[in-house]
Amino acid sequence: MSAHVAIIGGGVTGLSAGWWLARAGHRVTVFERFIVGWEASGRNGGGATHYQSPLFHEEQRLWPLMDELLGYPTEYQRERIIINFTPEEEARYRHMGELTTAMGYTSEELDPQQLRELAPLAGNNALSARYNHFGGHANPQRTVQAYAWALQDHGGQILQHTAVDGFTTARGQVTGIVAGGTTHGCDAVVIAAGPQTASLLQHFDIDLPLASARAEMIVTEPLPLMPIGGVDGNGLYGRQTLRGNLAYGGGPHEWLDDSDYQQPARPSTPLLRDLARRLATMFPRAAHARVIRSWAGIIENTPDGRPVIDRLTSPSNVTVATMSSVGFGLSPATGRAIADLVTTGTCSFADISKLGIGRFAGLSADWREARGWVTAQ
Amino acid sequence: MDTDRPTDPCAIDGKFAAPDEHAQLLVIGAGPAGLAAAIAAAEAGLSVVLVDENPVPAALMGLDVPLFYGQRMNPAVQEDARMVERIVAATPAIETAFDAGVDVRLGVTAWGTFANGAALNALPARVAGLADGTKCWMCGFDALILATGARDLVLGFEGIDQPGVMGARALHSLLARYDAFDGKRLVILGSGDLAATTALAALDRGLEVAALIEPLAEPQAAPHLVQALAARAVTILTGATIMRAAGNATGVTAAVVTAVGSDAPEYLDCDTICLAIGAVPAIELAGVLGCRLAFRGDLGGHVPVLSNDRATSVPGIFAAGDCAGLTDEDTSIAQGREAARHAAAWLQNPAPAPAGISAAPLPIGTDTTPYRMAWMRGLLASGGLQAPVCLCEDVNRAELLGIRPPRYLGCTSNKIAARDSSTLLKDGPLNPDQIKRLTRAGMGPCQGRRCREQIALLLADASGTAPSAIPLASYRAPVRPLPLSLLGEGASMQEGWDVWFGIRTQWIPYDAIGTAEEARLLEDGAGGNMHA
Repeated sequence: MSAHVAIIGGGVTGLSAGWWLARAGHRVTVFERFIVGWEASGRNGGGATHYQSPLFHEEQRLWPLMDELLGYPTEYQRERIIINFTPEEEARYRHMGELTTAMGYTSEELDPQQLRELAPLAGNNALSARYNHFGGHANPQRTVQAYAWALQDHGGQILQHTAVDGFTTARGQVTGIVAGGTTHGCDAVVIAAGPQTASLLQHFDIDLPLASARAEMIVTEPLPLMPIGGVDGNGLYGRQTLRGNLAYGGGPHEWLDDSDYQQPARPSTPLLRDLARRLATMFPRAAHARVIRSWAGIIENTPDGRPVIDRLTSPSNVTVATMSSVGFGLSPATGRAIADLVTTGTCSFADISKLGIGRFAGLSADWREARGWVTAQ
Repeated sequence: MDTDRPTDPCAIDGKFAAPDEHAQLLVIGAGPAGLAAAIAAAEAGLSVVLVDENPVPAALMGLDVPLFYGQRMNPAVQEDARMVERIVAATPAIETAFDAGVDVRLGVTAWGTFANGAALNALPARVAGLADGTKCWMCGFDALILATGARDLVLGFEGIDQPGVMGARALHSLLARYDAFDGKRLVILGSGDLAATTALAALDRGLEVAALIEPLAEPQAAPHLVQALAARAVTILTGATIMRAAGNATGVTAAVVTAVGSDAPEYLDCDTICLAIGAVPAIELAGVLGCRLAFRGDLGGHVPVLSNDRATSVPGIFAAGDCAGLTDEDTSIAQGREAARHAAAWLQNPAPAPAGISAAPLPIGTDTTPYRMAWMRGLLASGGLQAPVCLCEDVNRAELLGIRPPRYLGCTSNKIAARDSSTLLKDGPLNPDQIKRLTRAGMGPCQGRRCREQIALLLADASGTAPSAIPLASYRAPVRPLPLSLLGEGASMQEGWDVWFGIRTQWIPYDAIGTAEEARLLEDGAGGNMHA
């Protein structure tokens, strides 16, 4: 039976969920206060390699199919390399190789010569590298728009520049979304609004512990394409885009007390110099490349850094998702899991029971202060 | 500060190094406004550092930094010392500034300016990122005057990417400042005051002016300038536009012009085609700082919103001269002095920025927008949709308005073919930042200096929107392209550096959560944090 599902948040998680629901024949309306992908969904490292997640297998299965499923390009590219500069890093990623091998994926260690064949911008300073024959990366901005367009192709609707002000409820269920002075009726709700997810849940007197922070990235002018563009290391994450730019982030974040920045300003800082230095060390043969831009984005984290993907008990037709700062790559699978929760109450392809909101019951009220996850003073 | 307060070792708190130097007043830009500001401030007893990126290295001039030089520099620009001498010789106020005690630095680029504000609290001081050809450093400041001038307005046509197509500001710079122009015969696009003064300056230097091209029915310059051009027998082709630039390996050989809307070509032999349609306030640093900006057609484009004391919306940051709205030299000097006076007063009594920045002043000149739009429509009518928009990323008008993915993706699905700016418009007003991400127009190393106005005009035209209503594509630091090695030199953050947030539980494999294995992994330094 077809339902009308309201999705709050036009980022990758909400759009993917909306797309899965729309392609299954449900009526979908997405509410986005700015433009699709305007926050962290559109500005991140683009990585798609999350072995720690229960959705890992589905992430790996779906990405190679996404361009065809969506009908629009995501620039997905397979495989990842992590450059080791120290014996500690080599041991750490060897351990990761063991873990992922146990999960059925292939991974190998490269010597510096092999590394430079696959990532020619690397230099002589690398000790070794971990080559994962799985995972990958995609273009966040293009992927966001691909979800949005594919969702519309299945009859879904996206309301941009439309902030949600509240909900109407009846008999323990949400019956409507109040936005822009109008109440939009609905049968089910998905809240996937990034840092704003917590304040939206306050409407139901539910405390979702989230802390927001600002993180930064830089991008260089285009360079010749490396055979493998998804290369991490030296404390950085990122990718070489198919145009050839190096887009990299990492390093310290700034905790923000206010999670509801209405202004679109996402300022970057002189931290971009440290990112530049680390990137020049990681890719000595790119040290001449000019930096042409930096970004910042605001992302949220739960106390344990793990996602919440859960259908509430009351109101019982509300499904909540925050990916705790690691949402882009998992989004094909997350959207499918959310669609399952909305329609059947259970994820059909993975156990996600440890990602419930209930695990934070009993968390002390000052959990942020206790971790130092508060604005600098 | 409560020393017992728990801290996150991976957060930014306390990690920024102190700036390498400090200026009581930093002035960015040594044009008329910046020099007047720096001199007045020094005479009032302030300690002043004045930086100007010119002369930029020849390689950057080749990238059209900061003006649209169009490769028409002669080899003289490679001699750095000569270039500095030329600037000093062409700008007597620089010596006055030295004498007044201003710390004048030429060839120093301000690539970023940073202040705490919305979503940023971690900076220990307000700082500017500075760089010369060999090093990069941070300069703290108490007050800042932005006097960054203006840049060339670039509208595209076929062949614009050849050597010899350049902007009027760049031409003036090569002629008057550097004496390093490498052309002989010009076609000038436009017939307003900028075009007329450009033509007269070229004639005074012994250059030939083949014609001025004007899409409107009448010449647009002030009557005395039109008369001066007539007295020197300069042709103004009205009702005309440029279809394309013809050229060979050395660059432009002719401007192919036509009556607006016609496709009957006329060849005007020339080696240089000079865009003199307009200039645009250079607001990159104001944008990066988060200063409130507004579109003012009468001032040449987006400008920082200023209070009556020339203060931007960010406390202690002032603006003067063309970067605050196109104006003449005398007014720029007066604004520079005014900004210095207000900056000195603010330093005495640092007040927060006025909450209600004064109401926008009345238009102070003619709205430049209709003329620019007339040019854009003329170029569209005769040059069509295949003409370039973004030179860095090789995006043409059809690809911009069709929201085409870049050609290198080779994407030809029917679904993508069904999408264009008109379908995107159904989702909401067109936004250049969104369209940039999809088409790459404006995403290249020139950081949009050569295309953002054309993109805004094309999107306005396509969507039936006023150009003033098209959002400003964002500016991001570094506002000048700088090599990784140069930008990163001296950066020293080490402690608490993590790939991501440093939340160890984040990377525990799902199956291990809640098991003894989880505890073991968290104990084990190697297993605890494996961001991939």
